[in-house]
Amino acid sequence: MSSTTAAHHDEHHDHPTGIMRWLTTTNHKDIGTMYLTFSLIMFLVGGAMILAVRAELFQPGLQLMKPEFYNQLIGVHALVMIFAALMPAATGFANWMLPLQIGAPDMALPRLNNWGFWLLPPAAILLTLPFTLALFGIGDGAIATGWTFYTPLSIQGGIGVDFAIFSVHLLGVSSVLGSINVIVTILNMRAPGMTLMKMPMFAWGWLVTAFLLIATIPVLAGAVTMLLTDRHFGTHFFDAAGGGDPILFQHLFWFFGHPEVYIVLLPVWGFMPQILQTFSRKPMYGYKAQVVSLWAIGALALVVWAHHFFTVGMPVPALLYFMYSTMAISLPLAVLFFCWIATIWKGSLSFETPMLFATGWIVLFGIGGLTGLVLADVAADAQYHHSYFVVAHFHYTLFAGGMMGVMSGVYYWLPKMTGHMFSERLGKLHFWLTAISFNLTFIPQFFLGLAGMPRRIPDYALQFAEFNAISTVAAFVLGFSQLIFVYNIVSCARGGKKATDRVWEGAEGLEWTLPSPPPYHSFTEQPIVK
Amino acid sequence: MSSQTHNANHYYVPNPVAYPVIMSAGLLALASGFIFNINNFPAGKGMMIAGALVILGMVFKWMGSVIAESQNGLYTKWEDKSFRVGMIVFICSEVAFFAAFFGALFFMRVIAIPELASFDPQFTMYKDFTAAWPSAGPGGVVLGKEYVVGHLNPMEAWGLPAINTLILLTSGATVTWAHWGLLKNNRKQLVIGLFLTVALGISFLACQAVEYHHAYTEMGLTLGSGAYGASFFMLTGFHGFHVMLGTLMLIVILLRSMKGHFDADHHFGFEGVAWYWHFVDVVWLGLFVFVYWL
Repeated sequence: MSSTTAAHHDEHHDHPTGIMRWLTTTNHKDIGTMYLTFSLIMFLVGGAMILAVRAELFQPGLQLMKPEFYNQLIGVHALVMIFAALMPAATGFANWMLPLQIGAPDMALPRLNNWGFWLLPPAAILLTLPFTLALFGIGDGAIATGWTFYTPLSIQGGIGVDFAIFSVHLLGVSSVLGSINVIVTILNMRAPGMTLMKMPMFAWGWLVTAFLLIATIPVLAGAVTMLLTDRHFGTHFFDAAGGGDPILFQHLFWFFGHPEVYIVLLPVWGFMPQILQTFSRKPMYGYKAQVVSLWAIGALALVVWAHHFFTVGMPVPALLYFMYSTMAISLPLAVLFFCWIATIWKGSLSFETPMLFATGWIVLFGIGGLTGLVLADVAADAQYHHSYFVVAHFHYTLFAGGMMGVMSGVYYWLPKMTGHMFSERLGKLHFWLTAISFNLTFIPQFFLGLAGMPRRIPDYALQFAEFNAISTVAAFVLGFSQLIFVYNIVSCARGGKKATDRVWEGAEGLEWTLPSPPPYHSFTEQPIVK
Repeated sequence: MSSQTHNANHYYVPNPVAYPVIMSAGLLALASGFIFNINNFPAGKGMMIAGALVILGMVFKWMGSVIAESQNGLYTKWEDKSFRVGMIVFICSEVAFFAAFFGALFFMRVIAIPELASFDPQFTMYKDFTAAWPSAGPGGVVLGKEYVVGHLNPMEAWGLPAINTLILLTSGATVTWAHWGLLKNNRKQLVIGLFLTVALGISFLACQAVEYHHAYTEMGLTLGSGAYGASFFMLTGFHGFHVMLGTLMLIVILLRSMKGHFDADHHFGFEGVAWYWHFVDVVWLGLFVFVYWL
């Protein structure tokens, strides 16, 4: 009944090969790889959609598409990027790295883990199927309300709204399953001796994320269910004639939607300090302060939602409450920024690709955070609301703060996952092209927003032409530089210089004690953490 | 199976399985069939039925293999704790789901309807509307034979709903009594307690069906009866659906208890379902107070 039995047990697994390996796997690394691959594919799909939009916006007037199709593209772009690119990337890292970082044999609930992933492709099919159906004359295309499903527009919308509702349901189930798995894994699977306060920061980031998902995803499910019954079964939740209120939908949606921002960002805030400490070759600054700040942000995220619709008409005390509570988030976030900067302060820095992305991330995400503080101001928001300023702001948080963080994580862990080093030269090229073209895409949008250009409109006044043209050209550079990323990942997976166990000179943590790539069953015997 | 028994330091990681992916395909068929159906496209019903059957079959197989693994002693205290924490988190997510509908009820009742009634008559199309709850809303709905604007007669709290409250509270007691029997390894008490709980669950659902019938045929109260109708049927409907799931789970647990699957130290299946049942019970108390009574 000792380790020999355990080893014997493992040999008796007969693992299917080929496609069946991926369909049926219960292994956390396989499932993590599927999540990350899915995320990358959907990142390109969502990116292609928005490049079509940017092409339309290259000059004033309608050139390439009808406004209806434009509306479909921007809504599906957002849903794809948030639910099918960013969230699966975070879950993919959780699958790959949490068990390795906390010394666990696998995720705690492996079959649920498999189901959590395999709910995603059907959800993606549901979301994009209406585009195809429209080609055959069925329905009028995908959801055209933007990703926020605002009523009454979404009640009047076509079949695409129904598909999006059920897509959101499947994505929600997937997220809840993923959260259950992460919470159980963190609470029950840590190696002996690894107390909560010795956990890697990534585990803390994900624990808060999972808590937010459990609290808010079911509310989104409830909201879109009410939307469905309002559309098809005669209820009046969002209809004033029956005593309902369209604004109720905004409250329900943003009760989910605001925490969603942190759901996407908290996993990144988890692993980013680990990357910073690795390439600074000194311990993370302020571990306890970071843990407390993560929880403070998680708690505040649940009570600030109405700042997304200040202009809708609310009593002044409500406006003041939501303004001050929103601004209060900047305090724990400032603590995090301080800790990140203090981590690299006077460190022995080197700038390999992950570190380039990490330092770029601090600066760019900082811009995203500060512009958010501007939007939180009730008096100022009336000017910025629903303008391109908002678009630029949330791309600084979600693309720079989210996706560039994910890219940093990919470069950081890719040698561990594949056992090969990627091309540093291409990685650096990818970083510089991404960082420069990203700024050239979105800085003009800040100015466009300040000048009064509204978002979600396919045409615009002549005075906005130059900035839009710059933004479109830069967006294409940004989009096509991601192909370097794809090429680098694929060629790294297929071969390259052998990676050492530690990979990076300053890397600390249990995942670096295993070979690169780690064996199929890592930590069948748990390590003891002192 | 001797090679699969293992020690407490080795966590059980199940072999690869196809159930989840097939179940997801079933969900895709069910969801797209439902969408086709409500939009009057052909083939919707067939897809829905096929999808539902696939899902049912997979739940059956999946739960069957979990039960088999449990009976073969593959789960130690370590796996047991995973299931427990997982179940608690899952129930928390269910609480959040119901919170959305309670939130909608409170919002309509406390904010939307008073506001609709507060406008200056010159500036509103709803001049005679007053903010009385329960409300059909200012637009007016047809209830049975009469046209109702604003206040409508709600479902009476102290009839069947009060009896249903008693039924569910009693079922909470019987399931706890069954648990005490299990902890004493008294299988007779366990089985009788579970049987009573299942019987009470079915009685609850029967009363609910009678109440819905009464609402639709005699009161004319439907999903379309304004803010009250929507919140009443969505809240009680989703709750009733959860009672039905809970009853089905209790039946499985009853059958397993009769087969002697549980003992005093090894009965997560029982406890998970009991927790779920208590959760359904607590939601009902919230419903009784806020939907029926106040």
